[in-house]
Amino acid sequence: MAEVKIDNLNKSFGSVEVLRDIDLTIADGSFVVLVGPSGCGKSTLLRTIAGLETVSGGEIRIGDKKVNDLAPAAREIAMVFQSYALYPHMDVYGNMAFGLKFAGTPKAEIDRRVGEAARILKLEALMKRRPRELSGGQRQRVAIGRAIVREPKVFLFDEPLSNLDAALRVNTRIEIAKLHKMLKATIVYVTHDQVEAMTLADKIVVMNKGRIEQAGKPLDLYYKPANMFVAGFIGSPAMNFIEGEIGEVTEKGYSVRLADATSVNFTGNGVRQGHKVTLGVRPEHLAVGGTGDLKLEGRIDIVERLGETGYAHVSTGSGKPIIAEVRGGETGEPGQAVTLTATLGHTHLFDEAGQRIG
Amino acid sequence: MRRKLGPLAVHLVLGAYTLLAIFPILLVLYNSFKSRKAIFGSPLALPGPESFSLIGYQKVFADSAVPLYYFNSISVTVTTIFITLLIGAMAAWALTEYRFRWNTLLGIYLAIGIMVPIRLGSVSILRLVADMNLVNTRTALILVYTAQSLPLAIFILSEFIAQIPKDLREAARCDGVSEYTIFFRIILPLIRPAMATVAVFTMIPIWNDLWFPLLLSPGGGKQTITLGIQQFIGQYVTDWNAVLAALSVAIIPVLILYALFSRQLIRGLTSGAVK
Repeated sequence: MAEVKIDNLNKSFGSVEVLRDIDLTIADGSFVVLVGPSGCGKSTLLRTIAGLETVSGGEIRIGDKKVNDLAPAAREIAMVFQSYALYPHMDVYGNMAFGLKFAGTPKAEIDRRVGEAARILKLEALMKRRPRELSGGQRQRVAIGRAIVREPKVFLFDEPLSNLDAALRVNTRIEIAKLHKMLKATIVYVTHDQVEAMTLADKIVVMNKGRIEQAGKPLDLYYKPANMFVAGFIGSPAMNFIEGEIGEVTEKGYSVRLADATSVNFTGNGVRQGHKVTLGVRPEHLAVGGTGDLKLEGRIDIVERLGETGYAHVSTGSGKPIIAEVRGGETGEPGQAVTLTATLGHTHLFDEAGQRIG
Repeated sequence: MRRKLGPLAVHLVLGAYTLLAIFPILLVLYNSFKSRKAIFGSPLALPGPESFSLIGYQKVFADSAVPLYYFNSISVTVTTIFITLLIGAMAAWALTEYRFRWNTLLGIYLAIGIMVPIRLGSVSILRLVADMNLVNTRTALILVYTAQSLPLAIFILSEFIAQIPKDLREAARCDGVSEYTIFFRIILPLIRPAMATVAVFTMIPIWNDLWFPLLLSPGGGKQTITLGIQQFIGQYVTDWNAVLAALSVAIIPVLILYALFSRQLIRGLTSGAVK
């Protein structure tokens, strides 16, 4: 196992820059998830680590070796593809043994490693089957098995669960988490699903337009998003954003006047009166009624009931409707007037450029 | 009503076409078992107890050169198919997989060969073959036939190789195998149906060709079977029994090769590769 260090990495296709100034350290044995909207460069970043794409600038180190110019195989990585990419004309054993066979590994060693991987992934009964005779989940496991037998320094997963159905996805997610614990492997994992990212990662890297927006522990990203993009991307349903401006600034703090004329007091400094800001609050941190530093008056438009919880869409005086999580049977009815409250600790404040200020 | 008539009509049309295509072959086959008198007396009749005769086959097999012509035809055809498939697939792989400077231009250059009949170059080819001292050799035929078959082979195989999912080649690269191993162990097995198609397209014109054997290897024991049969066709007298028997015998290897390839032709192998 090894650490992966990416320094000032740049990549462009012709004149299109797809990765800009990427700096990232992936600690030995950690599970790092690259997440972001489609086209953000997360798969490209993974493929540059794998060596399937060349870089335009910067440096990638795996362990203590600079790997920029090495072929994928020489980087001692193993990749699991979204499409599984199993060799259709070989059986499960053949698929897993393929790379080892041509690397000159002795037959006994190949058998040992393939047997071990098959045991871990519960594939023993399927060894003689061809990929087309396997279900989606089984193909997925074979693809992971093919990676395991190589005993790589780094595992790379490219959206491995997106072809599975919902139930299987949850199961496989847990299997992958267990596998990580057992193998103590360094894993880089690409997904666009932020639930996968939150549940699997030691460290999440949120990417947007070829840049890293924020990298950190899942809960840090959730509670202290560095900017509006991360705040809006992590969490489901997405964070509510309310526009406003800085009101009075005193020694102790400042107040923020929201579009619907309510006002909230923050502590801290470094802001100027009249600056435009955006206040963010997550649906699950809004309560109906009760007391709080933030109070929003509105009327329920619609309630989405999911069972124990539900989401009330509330229109207030200010622009977009606010989504609030409601719990239990008392979810309110459309047309009902409500007051939504949240504590100051659960609000986020962003400046005009979208950067966090409080 | 239309639904029931549809398949029936299709089968009628196809059946009629099959009859039309097979009839001349059948005619050759069963006339080869008749006496000379019966061939001319009632050419459409099946061989009966009176008209049955194996004289044609006896003459053909009595001729010691026929097995040799046979061997020449088979070795030329099989070698050409082998070289065409190997070089064609390699060229197609290089043209589709690797980006290099003259990639598109080279692809077009190779495709032009499909449109220009190689026989236009007969005179220069003959001169070239003579200069290389290859007249009356199988090598001359193999070289010319390979040149003739390559353009279409590359064209068809490129299309098929381009359809193989990119992930498969990248997975193999991550597995650490060489480009040659990827080509021979992943790409070739997956384009087997396409190779069978190319083999059939390559085989039939070569087997049936009379032009180049006549020009390049008309003697020296290097004649092909199509050319060899000509010895039974004289300027004044044609030994029809022998001609028909030789033609019947000449069909067999093509049928066998076709049967071998046609199983692959139908099979689609890539299913299950990616979801």
